[in-house]
Amino acid sequence: MTSAASDRLPPLIELVDVCRVYGSGEAEVRALDHADLVIRRGEFVAIMGPSGSGKSTAMNTIGLLDRPTSGRYLFNGVEVQDLDRDQRALLRRHFLGFVFQGFNLLPRTSALENVELPLIYKGMARAERIERARAALAKVGLEGREDHDPSQLSGGQQQRVAIARALAGDPMVILADEPTGNLDSHRSHEIMKLLQQLNREDGITIVMVTHEDDIAAYARRLILFADGRIRSDAPVPERASA
Amino acid sequence: MIWETVRLALLALRRNKLRSALTMLGIVIGVAAVIAMVTVGQGSSRSVAASVESLGSNVLTVRPGGRSFGPPSVGGAQATRPFTLRDADALVGLSVLAQVSPTVSSMQTVVAGAANVSTSITGATSAYLDVNGWTVASGRGFDTSEDRASAAVCIIGETVRRTLFGMADPVGQQLRIGKVSCEVIGLLQAKGAGAFGQDQDDLVLMPIRTVQRRLLGSDSISSISVALTPGVSSQRGAREIEALLRDRRRIAEGAPNDFNVSDRAQIAEVLTGINSVLTGMLSSVAAVSLLVGGIGIMNIMLVSVTERTREIGIRLAIGAEGRQVLTQFLVEAVVLSLVGGIIGVIVGLGLAFGASLYMAIPFAPQTYVVLLAFAFSALIGVMFGFFPARKAARLDPIEALRHE
Ligand SMILES: Nc1ncnc2c1ncn2[C@@H]1O[C@H](COP(=O)(O)OP(=O)(O)O)[C@@H](O)[C@H]1O
Ligand SMILES: [Mg+2]
Repeated sequence: MTSAASDRLPPLIELVDVCRVYGSGEAEVRALDHADLVIRRGEFVAIMGPSGSGKSTAMNTIGLLDRPTSGRYLFNGVEVQDLDRDQRALLRRHFLGFVFQGFNLLPRTSALENVELPLIYKGMARAERIERARAALAKVGLEGREDHDPSQLSGGQQQRVAIARALAGDPMVILADEPTGNLDSHRSHEIMKLLQQLNREDGITIVMVTHEDDIAAYARRLILFADGRIRSDAPVPERASA
Repeated sequence: MIWETVRLALLALRRNKLRSALTMLGIVIGVAAVIAMVTVGQGSSRSVAASVESLGSNVLTVRPGGRSFGPPSVGGAQATRPFTLRDADALVGLSVLAQVSPTVSSMQTVVAGAANVSTSITGATSAYLDVNGWTVASGRGFDTSEDRASAAVCIIGETVRRTLFGMADPVGQQLRIGKVSCEVIGLLQAKGAGAFGQDQDDLVLMPIRTVQRRLLGSDSISSISVALTPGVSSQRGAREIEALLRDRRRIAEGAPNDFNVSDRAQIAEVLTGINSVLTGMLSSVAAVSLLVGGIGIMNIMLVSVTERTREIGIRLAIGAEGRQVLTQFLVEAVVLSLVGGIIGVIVGLGLAFGASLYMAIPFAPQTYVVLLAFAFSALIGVMFGFFPARKAARLDPIEALRHE
């Protein structure tokens, strides 16, 4: 909460004293240990930290894929930590987009159909769906690749399809856990430029986990995790730009 | 939304053609096997029941020769002393017998105009038709005056009629059998295939004297069939026949019979026994194929859900509710089971039809078997599609996504 610039924007994600405990007794692991975090609308946050420090757990909690063991989670000002599976699914459907390290596209399914998928669950009519999916693919630079299936695309292109899929549903937040983890440096920078553009031009809030400083440099705010807690939280000093 | 789910399911089936085809194959095999086996089993039961009926009830048959199948006794040829019409006449005197029908048979070539056929000529008396359960389709049977005279008349079976006269009425036509010319006086009502698949309608009847004197030149007869007086048991009938014939043939007390009396009820029992063994065998083969088909479906469904756990994770992560994922898998399973079931019914009935033609038995499709096999396959498909899918749909999205 040190960035003066972002203090002006309303809080979108607010974790208050959140713990996430796996196992019990001897085998107990505190993946999140009394973590507090506020992310405001329009921010571009990079999360870094050693392996096992709770970054993915934090992302899954923010992404409503997981529930905190204790503490509160306010999304857009509303408490969501006690919602059931289906209510969380609805929130994910309407407000969140995910980009995974392993792309997670449906195999043997065209790029267009992959991007359409969240729109189907949104109940959008077919014609509108196709138009939106095409627009999303165009936005990530995959015009003309609509009919390719994942096995016919490079890693970078597959990640672009995944971003288009996250984008198509018109989310408030895109959560990306090591989105460039499986890509070479050149493609990593292309993906980062794309995310930066979505943040700047479309005002989409982006939370991203990465291990690399030059990738984190695309964000505006850097959070360091250690042992399930936030060790430091500061604006990114040297901003890489598109 | 339900239509979108159906569409998702169809897309998923199309995307995984091999898996879909294999699952369906399991269902097709199970359903087709059961339907084919049970239909054929039913057909053969019916055919046996029909031939048992055509055997006629409470009829005994007396033949020369011992009952034993061992080597002939030292007497050699003497062991099978034939019967003559005098033996048959003596049997008529027994009050336990209602009718006595002596026969003699011989293979002969029968000629009518340009057509000819080689068939079995049976020398018979007026009692023959009743005792053997024949009715006349056209013309008449022998009258008693023809029993003792060697009249040049004959009665023909349906198969012989078709070969020699086509569909024309043969009554009044002339035939030549060996050296004898004779007039067709009757056509027998067709009986169809017998218990062992033989053609029962391939025969010509002539008065027994005519066959003995003019075709064979011998006064022996091959067998005597007798109908028991109503109320007389076949054991008692056989006992009295044996006593009379042993006396006539002067068989010493304690020596074995040189003839045998067989009961058609025994033949019927043997046939029914063979058939129930056959039906049992078919049923167990069918049950095994259904089981194999079921295991196949189960296996593929389980593998497919395991394989698709990641897919389920992706769908859940991007906002599908568990219910929607489950519905999709259920629709997939239902579509596979329905399509597989329908193909299975068609293949099964087709196989059964082919087998019935080949085995010359009635084609006896059973609605209940079709429904049962169909329902069973659908149940297996839906059950094994549903439960693993439900398990997967209840997974945490993160767990499912982590699945390799
Ligand atoms: N499903 C789980 N069951 C048990 N322990 C878990 C599970 N997920 C994560 N953990 C543990 O929680 C801690 C934090 O994990 P994670 O958030 O994945 O770390 P990071 O993403 O920073 O590498 C680690 O010690 C990890 O072993
Ligand atoms: Mg991680």
